[in-house]
Amino acid sequence: MSVPSAWYLVLAAVLFTMGATGLLIRRNVLIMFMCIELMLNAVNLTFVTFARLLNDIGGQVDVLFVLVVAAAEVVVGLAIIVALFRRRAAATADDIHILKG
Amino acid sequence: MNAAYLIVAFPLAGAIILLFGGRKITDPVSGWLATAMAAGSFVATVVVWATLLGRPGSSRSVDKTIFTWMPVGTLHVSFGLQLDPLSILWSLFVTGVGTLITMYSIGYMRGDPSFSRFFFYLNAFIFSMVILVLADNYLFSFLGWEGVGFCSYGLVGFWFDRDSAAVAAKKAFVTNRVGDFGFMVALYLMFAHFGSFNYSVVLAPLAAGHATIATSTATFISVMLVLGAVAKSAQIPLYMWLPDAMEGPTPVSALIHAATMVTAGVYLIARTAPILHFSPDAQWIIASIGAGTCFLAATIACVQDDIKRVLAYSTVSQIGYMFLGEGSGDYQAGIYHTVMHAFFKALLFLAAGSIIHALHDEQNMKRMGNLRKYLPITFPAFMAGMLALAAIPPFDGFWSKDEVLDAAWHKSPVLWALGVAGAGLTAYYMSRQVRLVFWGKSRWETSAADHGAAGDTGRGGHGAASEVGHGSAAPHDAPWTMTVPLVILAVAATFGWLLNAPFGGLDFINKWLAPIFPSTVATPFTVSTDTKWVLGVVATAFSLTGLALGMGLWRKAVNRPALEPAFLAHAWYIDDGIAAAVSGPLARMATRFSFVVDVRWVDGLVNGVARSAAGAGRQLRRVQTGYVRNYALAIGIGTAALLFYVSVRAGS
Repeated sequence: MSVPSAWYLVLAAVLFTMGATGLLIRRNVLIMFMCIELMLNAVNLTFVTFARLLNDIGGQVDVLFVLVVAAAEVVVGLAIIVALFRRRAAATADDIHILKG
Repeated sequence: MNAAYLIVAFPLAGAIILLFGGRKITDPVSGWLATAMAAGSFVATVVVWATLLGRPGSSRSVDKTIFTWMPVGTLHVSFGLQLDPLSILWSLFVTGVGTLITMYSIGYMRGDPSFSRFFFYLNAFIFSMVILVLADNYLFSFLGWEGVGFCSYGLVGFWFDRDSAAVAAKKAFVTNRVGDFGFMVALYLMFAHFGSFNYSVVLAPLAAGHATIATSTATFISVMLVLGAVAKSAQIPLYMWLPDAMEGPTPVSALIHAATMVTAGVYLIARTAPILHFSPDAQWIIASIGAGTCFLAATIACVQDDIKRVLAYSTVSQIGYMFLGEGSGDYQAGIYHTVMHAFFKALLFLAAGSIIHALHDEQNMKRMGNLRKYLPITFPAFMAGMLALAAIPPFDGFWSKDEVLDAAWHKSPVLWALGVAGAGLTAYYMSRQVRLVFWGKSRWETSAADHGAAGDTGRGGHGAASEVGHGSAAPHDAPWTMTVPLVILAVAATFGWLLNAPFGGLDFINKWLAPIFPSTVATPFTVSTDTKWVLGVVATAFSLTGLALGMGLWRKAVNRPALEPAFLAHAWYIDDGIAAAVSGPLARMATRFSFVVDVRWVDGLVNGVARSAAGAGRQLRRVQTGYVRNYALAIGIGTAALLFYVSVRAGS
């Protein structure tokens, strides 16, 4: 038996909400970053679900693009985070202005 | 025809040179430069006139566009010159008389510390005045109109260190603003109705009989233009500024406040004749204003003591005749009188200036007397001007005033009666003037000690300079630069009437202007020869009576209070009444507006807008916290709202 498509969508919505909530309430940059990834992947899940549902390969192609962008984002984002933690061990998102040259 | 550009270019060049180089150009040179420029303009006008004369009457109108000034949609206002009999006639006497007066000023203004500034104003004035009359549209003409107003302001207040001069200049300027309001409203109406300001679009079809205009529109436009003309030409109810404008140097009074600028209103009305033709009401208004003014001002002139104020009220009165002639439908008569008046009134003012000069800035006629023995050139010149003004045949004023009065008789005997009464008064006050100035005892000898070396007019450098100029104590005629214009103008005042004599086919001005005033513009009318004779004899009888009265009554006593009632000396209390109204209720209203309406409402509105902007900024600044999570939340909420909106719309 197959799992109904709606379950995937509900799962994606739950994951997205968790990610968004985490992004808003946490101050640790690393956690926030992970939340963004969570949101991205929630979206990926909906893409794939709809691709399957509508029998359209476009959704799966989009997921590949999202993964590429996410990979690039991780490179830049982690670099910033590392730079931030080098300045201050207990840095939060509100301290990013200390990086201002 | 390209000489037309030179008419404008010469005085403009002179004004520019004197404006920027005036401090470097020394005393007589700037005067001669200005005279040369004015003379060049006159010669150019003569050339244009001769060219036009060589053409048949119907093609004597040339439009020279210099460039388009305002291309706005369908409205094209150009800097263009309209060369036609009317504009060239005006230009001829403006530049001609202007040249003579500029030349006269070289002697009169000698030693003044602001010598060059004076001649800058004179050239700028001539430039503005030729623009006013030569412009090919109302808006460009309005530019010249404002230009002469500015020069008038600058010249009335030329000795601005005297309070009275500064106040008089301000009065002239402010009074003219009232008229400018009328002119501008007329311009708006013209634009609304014709969609253009060009004479060729607005006036030509009306003049040719191709178009008509509703009576109400014609009346409204005309009345507004007449309001402008009334202010510029010092007619009831806006004449008060002209007598005060005598604070300016005497050549200015001669040029601007007698011969040329104040006749701009007469020009404007003559130019607008095709519109006036459709509005009998407006013609009645013009005629009534003219007749009323010529009588009222003449009565006031009878009791003035200042030699220039007599002439000033006389100017107001004489322009009344011009208005009367135009309002009565005989434009040629009004213009004829304008030209004659330019001759004899310029002459009278220059001769008065010569007297004032000889007596070291004494202007009170009661401190003059017996001067005919001392001023052998000024005396006959003044007499020629006086006889011309008093309309004694065969001098200038007789002929032109006669034509005006004929037209007035045809319009209404009441207007005629006012005109004739004014003529009698004119002869009276002029004979009183010459009697006080040239006959009797020489009262200036005793009075000279009274008011000391400073002079009661206190003209700064000018008084001192003329002391230097005169070696001896006895008054004597001025240097030749001042007497030559006097002699030329005296000849013009005596024989100028031959330009438009009513017999022998000598009516040059009438013939010259005929293309401007065809029967579709001014309905022709005839006054029978017999009537003309009777009217002429009656008017002359009045003039001679006035002359005899003036000469007789003022033979001995200098102070005759019975002949100088206070209400006339106060100019019928009109000035005082206006002053009371302005300083009383109007001033209170102005205070209210200033401190309540302006401070609380207008400023309050402006400051309120500023304050609310600042407040909004203060509130909005809180949004920019700098915290990533706030922005993320905003983005999230925004996205959710958008999604909600889209889904709701999609559902409906």
